[in-house]
This record gives sequence, structure tokens and C-alpha cells, in this order.
Amino acid sequence: MTSEKTYTVPTMADMMAAGETPEILFWVGCAGSFDDRYKRVTIAFARILNHVGIKFAVLGPEETCTGDPARRAGNEFLFQMQAVANIQVLDGYSVKKIVTACPHCFNTLKNEYPALGGNYEVIHHSTYLQQLINEGRVKVEGGESFKGRRITYHDSCYLGRANKVYEAPRQVLAALDADLVEMKRSRANGLCCGAGGAQYFKEPEAGKKDVNVERIEEALGTGADTVAVACPFCMTMMSDGVKNKNQEDRVKVYDLAELIAKGQGL
Amino acid sequence: MTYIQQFLFVIAVGVTGFLISKRVGLIRRAIQLGRAENRSDHSDERLKTMLLVAFGQKKMFANPLVAVMHFVIYAGFIIINLEVLEIILDGILGTHRLFAPVITPVYPFLINFFELLALGVLIVCVVFLLRRFVVKVSRFQPERHEEMRPSWPRLDAALILIFEVLLMTAFLTWNAADSILRDRGIGHYGELQGVVPDFIISQFLKPGFSGLSDGALIAYERFSWWFHILGILTFAVYVTYSKHLHIFLGFPNVYFSDLKPKGEMKNMPEVTKEVQLMLGLSPADATEVPAEGEPAIGRFGAKDVEDLSWINLMNAYSCTECGRCTAACPANITGKKLSPRKIMMDTRDRLEDIQKGWKEHGADYKDEKSLLGDYITAEELNACTTCQACVQACPININPLDIILQLRRYRVMEESQAPASWNAMFSNIENNMAPWKFSPGDRFNWADQINEK
Repeated sequence: MTSEKTYTVPTMADMMAAGETPEILFWVGCAGSFDDRYKRVTIAFARILNHVGIKFAVLGPEETCTGDPARRAGNEFLFQMQAVANIQVLDGYSVKKIVTACPHCFNTLKNEYPALGGNYEVIHHSTYLQQLINEGRVKVEGGESFKGRRITYHDSCYLGRANKVYEAPRQVLAALDADLVEMKRSRANGLCCGAGGAQYFKEPEAGKKDVNVERIEEALGTGADTVAVACPFCMTMMSDGVKNKNQEDRVKVYDLAELIAKGQGL
Repeated sequence: MTYIQQFLFVIAVGVTGFLISKRVGLIRRAIQLGRAENRSDHSDERLKTMLLVAFGQKKMFANPLVAVMHFVIYAGFIIINLEVLEIILDGILGTHRLFAPVITPVYPFLINFFELLALGVLIVCVVFLLRRFVVKVSRFQPERHEEMRPSWPRLDAALILIFEVLLMTAFLTWNAADSILRDRGIGHYGELQGVVPDFIISQFLKPGFSGLSDGALIAYERFSWWFHILGILTFAVYVTYSKHLHIFLGFPNVYFSDLKPKGEMKNMPEVTKEVQLMLGLSPADATEVPAEGEPAIGRFGAKDVEDLSWINLMNAYSCTECGRCTAACPANITGKKLSPRKIMMDTRDRLEDIQKGWKEHGADYKDEKSLLGDYITAEELNACTTCQACVQACPININPLDIILQLRRYRVMEESQAPASWNAMFSNIENNMAPWKFSPGDRFNWADQINEK
């Protein structure tokens, strides 16, 4: 047991007390902190950071919602209350560089906090993982093999169209040496999972079918056994879609970080 | 006879100019109802975007076949207008093919090129009519799309295409009739013998006219010449009432389009001030005094067109109702009421209704209606996933999402009309710092599991 590697998750408060400055702040996000499924993504990413030896920290209990769902729903007051409070915390720790696994947090921190005085270098974990792979710091070896497995990648709107991050997630997947198959609607034409714009937090309006079902049908049509996602809300919507189609034994939904961690045996 | 024709021609051009300028004035006034928004920054990038997206029609090439067909009409429209310049000068001066003796070596080349384009335009317009009414491309069908159910959008589309077919037919047959008159050496037509040859397309139409007497030919030549030019003048006025206005507004519309990342929502500085006061922070610009004449803050978000930005309103007048936005909308694809095209058409309809009010009741008249409620319903707004597929799909960078989000802001901040589960989400964020009802103290508990297998 003592030979097992132990992973640690330092907080900004710990770092400050020790007089240290982390290389990056890992912004976990609400889903990454509370959603049982997405906590596994948070853990996978934190393990990769540990394994590579990145000096990182999280805000821990000091982190709060970026305000994204409130803003998209129309509640600008609540959004700005959240944003201004978060900026005070981030600036209090002199944060310069933020990495997050949530495209909604990513978009809000990167594009919307500057207008309120919060200026940081914000990177989505797909881009960060790609950088680590390119630098040779992350090597996909020693774990599960994905060779010959069919994987399809579902573009998150807030990563793709919103911020034009199309290639990084695909390059991360390429490192797995799997068989990457594209859906017809991909990249700039990717179809939403149905969760954005605060839809995740209410029932959909009346219609013929749910958006996530439309999307999962397309994903299943590729014959992939793995649907790769890079967003906590896409994760839930796609997983629900797989269940809706009774395919949970055959098809799994994983985040990029989970796939890399699996490949590394972390 | 020539003088009467010249006189009538000048009157026709004058009347057209008057009607267009009057209509342009009204549209300008309608667009200026919107709030000011500065989009004069980054002129280099804006110019580049306009060259690529408007002139180059880059986004149309998502479907190359349709893009090429549309390009033929577009190029035809721009280039054949060079010929219209000669026709207008001929009409005013009472001349015939004014440019032919002046630029004799290149004249046949030019007219041949125009004729090829005219034939291309004619064929494409027929194909487009077939796509709409025979093949029934889904995004144009009223059975599938509520906003296509009133007769006007479909009639408008059909009229434009039929108009083009008739104009091109008149142009080609006019050249054919003129060519025979030249061959026969009649009057001023014959004077161009040896100067102007037969043209590349109309030469094949000549046999259809060769049986006519000289008088009948002259009558047809005059008829087709007048039909063509009056058709163009009528079309120029018609366009200002039609979805076809995109042929002009598409360019400024792309030039002034948003250069920021699509995911970025516009900030509301008026809210920032209040938030900073509530949090006990001194606003960075506390000493700033509102500029003289700056209107007081009206409402939060948008209820009607004057709460939107002038960009949104120009977008509405630029929309061609092609429905690429709606065809890409996840809410619409799955049968919800939301259609981004309807958002744009409603905004334009609202502006047109306000204009009608000005005409009937005086220039400052305002009715009791509003864009939100009387045109666009909450059900449509609430169905939006903010995925930006509509913004991405629009060939001329119209942004329906921006309007949706401003109307949502009004619903939530002014009317407190959010769906109940959104209100629950708001109070969770306020009280628990997350959209769900978890204790903020448990936020870091995930780290306890990091060493579990």
C-alpha cells in the first residue's frame, strides 16, 4: 500500500500559506465538484496533473459558480454578482493561468470576465492535454489499449463554435491510437447536446423529441463503442441518450481526461 | 417619336429614384430606432470579413452546388448592371447601343459575356423555383415551418425568381430582334452593321423572329427593350419591400457583424454599477458623469425593437429567409416552436408595422404592441440552447441569438417570468454558490476520493 503513488490536490490557500505559487489554477466547476459522474473526470484530470508533476492548485471551497447558467437564462444581476465575487478571489491569489474541464466555465472566464476586470489566461483541459502530449510530458502507455477501438467525438458548442477549439480534442484522441470516426454534423456544424443556454436546468419545451436523443442517434450511427466528450453537460446528455436507446452495455461515454488517464493506467 | 420615348424614360427613372429614396429613408429611420452600438473598430478585419463572406460568399460554399448556382445569379446581377448603364444612357439620350462605336473591339466580348451570364441566371432561377416548389427543400416548406405559412414569404420568393426569368428572357430576345433588324439594314439598327456582330446566345433565338415583318420586329425590339428596363426599375423599388434587400444590405451587414467569439454575451455596464455598489466595491469609474444628452437607462433587456441594437434591426432587414439558421437549430430540428428565421422575420415585421403606423397616424406614432409577446413568445425564447448554430449557419453573419438573449433578459429581470425551475437554479446559485442544492462546504469533497481505486 505504501508503494502506491498517492495523489494530492493542494488548494490556493495551502499554496499561499506555504509561500508558493502554482503554475496553473485548476478551475473545477460546479459539475466537476458535485456531479457524481463528472467528479470522476475531475479526479482523472487531477491524477494526470499529479503524474506529470504539474504544480497546480484548486480553489476548493472558495470556488463558486461562474454565473454562466444565470447569464444565459437572462439573469444578468446574478451573473455579475458571481463574476465580481469570483474575480475578487482570483485576483486575491494573483491567479494568472486557469485550466478548466468545463467549456461553459472556460467561455465565461475567458471571454466574459475581462469586461468585469478579470483578466486571465484561460485554457480548456483539451488544449492543455494536447500541449502536454505534444511536449512529450503525457505519454499514453502503461494502461488500457485503445488500438482499433472506434471512438466518435461530440463537439461541445461552447468549446467549438463559441471558441473555435476543434482540433485539440481530436489530437488528444489521436494520441490514443484509436479509430476516430466523425459524425456528419461535426466541428462548426456540430449538433448541440441540448443542455446549453441553461436548458440543463429545466424541462425542454414541447416538441417531437429530445435534442440529446437526436444527437445520440447520430453518434450511434457511426458504430463507435465510445463517445468522447469534453463538457460535463454533454456528458450527462449523451449518457442519458445512450440509456434512452438501451445501449449502455455496448456504448460508453467518456471525457477526454478519463480516456487519457485510462491509457496511462492512472 | 424618339423624343416622347426619351421623355417617358426620364420620367420613369425619376419616379423610380423618388420611390426608392423615400423607402430607403423610412428603412433607415426604422433601423435607427435601435440603440446605438459602436462597430467602427478593427476596420481592417471588418473589410477582410466583408470581402470573404459578402463578396466571396464564403459561407455559402458549405453546400458547393447551391453556392455555385447562387454565385451565377450574384455575378449576373453585378455584371449585367454594366449593360444597364448603356441601356439607361441610350434611354435618356435617345441613342442605340451608345458604347458600340466607342469600344468596338471589346463590345462583342462584353455582350457575349452578359448573354452567357443571362442564360446562367435564367437556368438557375428555374432550378431555384423547382427546389422550392417541386423538389420541396425542407427549409422552405410551410408544412414544416410556421413562419413560411403566411402567403407573403412564399409569394415574395416566387415573384423574385419569376421576375429574373422574365428580365433575362427580355434581354436575350431583345438582342435577337435587334440583330435581325441590323441584318436587314433598317434605320439606325442598320448603321451598326459591321460594327456589332451576332451574339453568342441570342444568335440561336434569331430563327424564332426571322418570320416577322420589319414593323413587327421593331415593335418587339421596342417592347422587349422597354419591358427589360422598366422591369429593372420596378424590381429596384420592389426589392426595398422584399426579403431580397439582402443584395444591398448583405454587405454592411457583414462589415458590421460581431468579431468577438460567438460564445461571448454582451456585458451590461448598467448592471455592473449596481452590482459593485451592492458588494460594497467602489465602481472603477465612480466619478464618471453621464455624458450630456445621454438617455437615462431605459429597461434591462429588450421588450421591443427600440431596446435592441441597430445591428439587430439591420440584421432583420438583411435576412433573405433562406432558413439555413432554422435548419441547423437543435430546438427546431426536434420540433420545438423556436425558429431563428422567425425571430428575424418577426423583428422585421415589427419594424414594418411601426412604419405603417407612422404613415397612418403621424411620424411619432407608437402602437401598444411589442416584439416580445405580440410577435415572439416566451415558449420560443425558452427553447434556445444558445448553441450558436444559427449564427454559424447564416451566410451573411446575422445573429438571431443576440435578439433571443436580450428578450430573455427582459423576461427575467423586468418581468420575473423565468420558468420555475430556472428560479430554483437562480436561488441555488445565490444561496449555495452552485446551480444545484449542495452545501458549498462539500464542494471540495471530491478530492477525498482521488486515491480510491
